[in-house]
Amino acid sequence: MKDTQTLEKDQTTTASTIRISGSEAIIRCLIAEGVDILYGYPGGAIMPVYDELYKFRDQIHHVLTRHEQGATHAAQGYARISGKVGVAMATSGPGATNLITGIADAQIDSTPMVCITGQVASHLLGSDAFQETDIIGISTPVTKWNQQITKASQIPEMIAKAFYIARSGRPGPVLIDITKDAQFEQFDFSYEKCKGVRSYNPVPKTDIDDVKAAALLINSAKKPLIVWGQGIILSEAEEELKALMEKAGIPAAWTILGASAIPTAHPLNIGMVGMHGNYAPNVLTNECDVLIAIGMRFDDRVTGNLATYAKQAKVIHFEIDPAEIDKNVKTDVAVLGDAKESLKQLLPLIKTNSHPEWHQEFKDLYTIEYEKVIKDDLYPTKEGLTMGEVLKEINICTKGNAAIVSDVGQHQMIACRYAEFTTTKSNITSGGLGTMGFALPAAIGAKMSAPERDVVAIIGDGGYQMTIQELGTIFQQKVPVKIVVLNNEFLGMVRQWQQLFFEKRYASTEMTNPDFVAIAKGYYIDAQKVTKREDLKAAVEEMMACEGPYFLEVRVEKEGNVFPMIPTGASVSEIRLE
Amino acid sequence: MSEPIAYTVTIYTENNIGLLNRISAIFQRRHINIESINSSVSEIENVSKWTIVVKLQEDQMKKIIGQIEKQVEVIKAYFHTEDETIYQESCLFKIKSNFLFDEREQIETIIKDNNARIVTVNREFFVIEKSGRREELEILYRELSVFGIMQFTRSGRIAVTKDEMKISKMLEAFQH
Repeated sequence: MKDTQTLEKDQTTTASTIRISGSEAIIRCLIAEGVDILYGYPGGAIMPVYDELYKFRDQIHHVLTRHEQGATHAAQGYARISGKVGVAMATSGPGATNLITGIADAQIDSTPMVCITGQVASHLLGSDAFQETDIIGISTPVTKWNQQITKASQIPEMIAKAFYIARSGRPGPVLIDITKDAQFEQFDFSYEKCKGVRSYNPVPKTDIDDVKAAALLINSAKKPLIVWGQGIILSEAEEELKALMEKAGIPAAWTILGASAIPTAHPLNIGMVGMHGNYAPNVLTNECDVLIAIGMRFDDRVTGNLATYAKQAKVIHFEIDPAEIDKNVKTDVAVLGDAKESLKQLLPLIKTNSHPEWHQEFKDLYTIEYEKVIKDDLYPTKEGLTMGEVLKEINICTKGNAAIVSDVGQHQMIACRYAEFTTTKSNITSGGLGTMGFALPAAIGAKMSAPERDVVAIIGDGGYQMTIQELGTIFQQKVPVKIVVLNNEFLGMVRQWQQLFFEKRYASTEMTNPDFVAIAKGYYIDAQKVTKREDLKAAVEEMMACEGPYFLEVRVEKEGNVFPMIPTGASVSEIRLE
Repeated sequence: MSEPIAYTVTIYTENNIGLLNRISAIFQRRHINIESINSSVSEIENVSKWTIVVKLQEDQMKKIIGQIEKQVEVIKAYFHTEDETIYQESCLFKIKSNFLFDEREQIETIIKDNNARIVTVNREFFVIEKSGRREELEILYRELSVFGIMQFTRSGRIAVTKDEMKISKMLEAFQH
């Protein structure tokens, strides 16, 4: 793996002009942008670029995934663990359309990604040519920006713009579609990084008057509550957030994408908000007097019923995207700008405080949640294995230092609730889009981006089978990811809803599964299955000690439920413990 | 919750392929009907100006303006009520020429009273053009419909605002 991780090159400008093809220019642009690994799948309309990738293979490592969707999720995993732009590449037509799920996922989760697609030759555009599809039209609603290139001379400027737009401000996916004739065309190449786009203001300037207004509210608060989101991670404001929490003595909760920004063990980290979040931060959202939202967007899975969400509180919203202000929750003070910069300006204005009585309310509610839910999840006394105890064993074995990549469903909620984190950028999951099949390819990207880290993918038996073919990528690339499938032979979250809201009519949620261990072994990946509690610890230890990739299937109880839970349409304070 | 009213949305953008898709998708995904849409050059070189009419509640309108402004190639978006803008639509009526000879006096009176004009006349048909507010165009439509309208078309709204729009200054600020 090491030799593929080339150092980021400082090639902001190639001094002189050279005459090369459009496809060679694409590779030179990627190298100039610091791309060391990209994920993709070749095909007719992108072949000239793959020919150049072959020539440049000692400078840029192309990973052949087993499906284009896998390429996008791998690029997302690469981006989420590193903060760098992930790159995915595909051919025209079905290659391009297969990228869409990953692009939509990156859009809603603000993940910086550049996708490059081949397109039929420009004279064939609109003729229903072989493998022609209008990928610009199709990708428009799910990209931050997209552009079709029909002339080689446009390539350097457009790729520079693509990387700039993908990574700046609120990050997001960009798609560049390049016709085959533009890939072949020779032109005079030079490269200059993009420094700005006149119609685009990525980071609104923090207004000190808004910061002062926020400080005034925070300093006078008796029951302040922070809810932070991924904005903290994207702006690398972890230290500033911690300083604010500690100086003002404010309990702080996180959204699913904000997880890991502050270590789990931090005494002021009071857990997750939202549908399956922790009891105390959900209930006390409706009792706090000042709600300080930082780099989050009040998703409906966080707020529950908006009509009863934090109505008693003054709301402060630190946010980079002006379109998020007042979108779901009316704010009293909006502080636009980069979270790190805004918090830096805020900190000197904040008075030291501790709010011990307010803290006690969180502790009391935690005790209730522990007795009713957590104890049975982590230390079950019944026979069936729980998802929670698997997470507990992983926590013990990795000491909370692993990056956890989760898929979508019950196991995801359990992973986010119970995974312990010591390091930021360590919770990689599909939050907004809820894309089953995300975790296995995303774990590949994460591990290749950070080979020094332990990367553990936690996946359900349903989602695993949506992108199971990426085991081939893991095998071919020798990516030492640890794959844990929590197998309950159900699409568990849907089944839970069927149980609770559809009178146990389990329509199409029960799964008859293959021999997952045999499949992993078919890819020459070490594998074992655990069905008994007494074997779990040793199996997790064996997995983490394994040099290469490892597959661990854990048979968990078939009809386990995830609690707490805020039923759809209910208030956050109506969260159910059973 | 306020009642939906007609807003005139004005958007200044770069002149790029595909932007129509991007803008219309913002309305489409929220199941909002666009009453009329017009795109043209603006007072600034290489900058397009869009005029869109939608019926919305004010808070919904504000959120959509935020989503429009978020698009990379949108320079600035505004929304205005009817009394904050000067606006016009334009329409064309194609009518059989025999009426022009058989009912000449009546047709001339209608054209004069409505501040319309004849664009062209030939042996088969003649064409009347009228610019104005929607209600004025509708009155003319009713009056001409007794003659049988062979073809009718009406443009989207075009509008200028009573207030200044500081687009040039914004673009200058970027250059520095």
